[in-house]
Amino acid sequence: MSQLRRYRLFFAIVLVDLVVLVIRPDLGRTIFSHSWDVVAQMLAILPPVFLLLGLLDVWVPRETVMRFVGEGSGVRGTILSIVLGAAAAGPLYGAFPVAHTMSRKGASYFNIIVFIGAWSTLKIPMFLFELSSLGTRFAVTRWVVNVVGIIIMAALINRTLDQSDKECLARPELSAPIGGKRQGR
Amino acid sequence: MSSSTIILYAVALGALGASFAADRNRTRMAVRKATQSFMNVLPEFVAVLGLVGLMLTFISPSMISRLLGTGSGPFGFIVASLVGSITLIPGFVAFPLAATLLNQGAGVAQVAVFVSTLMMVGFVTFPLERKYFGRRAALLRNGMAYVYSLVVALIIGAVVLW
Repeated sequence: MSQLRRYRLFFAIVLVDLVVLVIRPDLGRTIFSHSWDVVAQMLAILPPVFLLLGLLDVWVPRETVMRFVGEGSGVRGTILSIVLGAAAAGPLYGAFPVAHTMSRKGASYFNIIVFIGAWSTLKIPMFLFELSSLGTRFAVTRWVVNVVGIIIMAALINRTLDQSDKECLARPELSAPIGGKRQGR
Repeated sequence: MSSSTIILYAVALGALGASFAADRNRTRMAVRKATQSFMNVLPEFVAVLGLVGLMLTFISPSMISRLLGTGSGPFGFIVASLVGSITLIPGFVAFPLAATLLNQGAGVAQVAVFVSTLMMVGFVTFPLERKYFGRRAALLRNGMAYVYSLVVALIIGAVVLW
């Protein structure tokens, strides 16, 4: 029962979709075809991302992640976070599970937020496409100003949130069996 | 299927194979971990996907161009930032759309604020972001990204016109 309750927002949306389908069949069919496209897009990225994160979890020791992007990793850790985010492909929601695993493995909160920022707006394939559609000045200005902004925003977020807010991202129930207890690695 | 999807799947399956060859038990653990992580966020994920499906239907590219064509004054600027925040469309749709708008005479800053909020502010993905980061962090990140998008857009507007 509680399992079904977790899907209540989804069921509410499906209900809206069905109501639209009855009132305006043409619009309703458009909704379902768009929704299917979105599901296909999700399937193009999430399963391999989760699989890679599962493998990373069992193979890469916490110390390694800490050394590269942990609290003491300094400027190099931040640059690495930007590079990782910018090398990504796919929509921003793909970055959230990665952020969770980074957090479990001891990456610094600052670097995680930098990574999220880079993924959201500095992605290289996107940048190349933007360059050709909107021009060099537009794309380059946006990229450069955003690098600066991402670091400033991450620093502000890191300073504003307290420890309990930050620990939210590492909470085990995001990756452990629901209801079961599990020792963090 | 795009090439990045093929690469991503190839890398993941290759890693899975290598892991299996090295240690079966560990690999079994990794796969269990992956499926559990996926199942734990599935309710939020399917809800977000449903929201995006709705959004794409009611805020179509033609509607976006109409909304962004409402004028390039401060009002049009704010409208563009709100449209960008609420929508979630892939870059290969967004950039040509933005280019068309520029050619039709839309303001540079206005198009820039649309592109910037589109990428950095996630309204429909908020349930998912909140699930992972918690309400406070998710609100803070999106709020800051919104404000910063306005700044970026004004800078781009100045640089491109200069």
